[in-house]
Amino acid sequence: MIAIIDYGMGNLRSIHNALAKVDGNPVIVSDSKSLSDADADAVVIPGVGSFGDAMRNLDPFSDGLFDLVDSGTPLLGICIGMQVLFDKSEESDAAGFGILAGDVIRLPGGVKIPQMGWNELTIRQDNRDSDLLAGINDGDFFYFVHSYYCVPEDERVITATTDYGVDMAAVVEKDNIHAVQFHPEKSSKKGLLILKNFVEMVK
Amino acid sequence: MLAKRIIPCLDCDLGVAQGRVVKGVQFKQIRYAGIPWELAEEYDRQGADELIFLDITASHERRETMAKVIEKTSENVFMPLTVGGGIRALADARIAFNSGADKVSVNTAALKNPDLINDIAKYFGNQACVLAIDAKRRYGREPGREMVDTPDGECWFECSFYGGREFTGIDAIKWAIEAEERGAGDIMLTSMDRDGTKDGFDIELTKAISDSVNIPVIASGGCGNPEHILEVLRDTNASAALAASIFHFGEYTVGEVKECLRDGGVHVRL
Repeated sequence: MIAIIDYGMGNLRSIHNALAKVDGNPVIVSDSKSLSDADADAVVIPGVGSFGDAMRNLDPFSDGLFDLVDSGTPLLGICIGMQVLFDKSEESDAAGFGILAGDVIRLPGGVKIPQMGWNELTIRQDNRDSDLLAGINDGDFFYFVHSYYCVPEDERVITATTDYGVDMAAVVEKDNIHAVQFHPEKSSKKGLLILKNFVEMVK
Repeated sequence: MLAKRIIPCLDCDLGVAQGRVVKGVQFKQIRYAGIPWELAEEYDRQGADELIFLDITASHERRETMAKVIEKTSENVFMPLTVGGGIRALADARIAFNSGADKVSVNTAALKNPDLINDIAKYFGNQACVLAIDAKRRYGREPGREMVDTPDGECWFECSFYGGREFTGIDAIKWAIEAEERGAGDIMLTSMDRDGTKDGFDIELTKAISDSVNIPVIASGGCGNPEHILEVLRDTNASAALAASIFHFGEYTVGEVKECLRDGGVHVRL
């Protein structure tokens, strides 16, 4: 069972449908107690809302989340669900989970903000063995909607980048932690392939 | 690099059980094109970047039918889905989002109550609020209007509402700028002069609006062939182009349009 954390900031139908489509057996978990009790094989932090609101609403889930992460359970963060894994964001005074070291900063001037639309991935040369990106090629497009982006302290966690005014982390991975800045659940076949790869990892 | 988007538009008649996609000519004559979610799946296969479902019956009783159409579509189609037509209040937007829509587009209700744009942006995010503008050329200089030079003479653009049946006296360029300030995430810009004609997009209109705002503009109205889409995406700052009939009736696939764009130097997802 893959737990999708419902932190009350938008509908989760798309990510639920997409995980169901790739046989991920998704369950939406709306209260923190059931996350701690749930026998989750994996956990997804979906991408809705702003950093401060997301951290405030995720706070009750944090004990359960840290337990799962510490026990090696695969985690997938999507969009804002990626950003909250880092230490802090320019968007808010709220602290992030700090599961990955680094900051979240605003997209540079000179481009339309938010970035909204399909952009290409470039896979990092030294991370071509990423299981999450199996079957994904350089130049494949994914759907992005965001105004801030993650800058990991350790560049080696970046498995793929995208270029929008700046070359930025689009996929980061470290042990059981996986995170994507784009929305795989809105990225058609290639997005489903990434979710399928995540589901395979869990099995 | 961010790709220019190709967006098939499904005009939905929800007066029948499953809903059906229809296409009008200059907001009037109607042709039947298919079941909404079946067409949506076909456009996904063809490589569409986004889909817009417009309720052309637009009455409260039919909200539930649209919700079903979106629920059904979102089981198998994984790309951004926009619902428009009949979004009058936050409650209508909420029904659309809960059924699986990512964005709603508003026109009439926003012209009557501009705060609706702020409210949708506040509760669901800027990216979730598309402002639809149906604009018509008005030739001849008028004080207080944003005048634009065209091959047919100087004109301004007037916003229409109620599906093109009534005019507002509101200047489309000024309204687009205000909508951006209020939090709209996209502007879906339809030329009433071109809609259904297949004569090509209104380049002057699209250029004027896309140069006036920083949010993406979706060009709409008048698409008759892939070259028209190439023209509007190459010669204006539009971020996306919308078309209906050239796709619905099998004249061109989305893939064929994108190949034409790529060959013309426009960056697309292929």
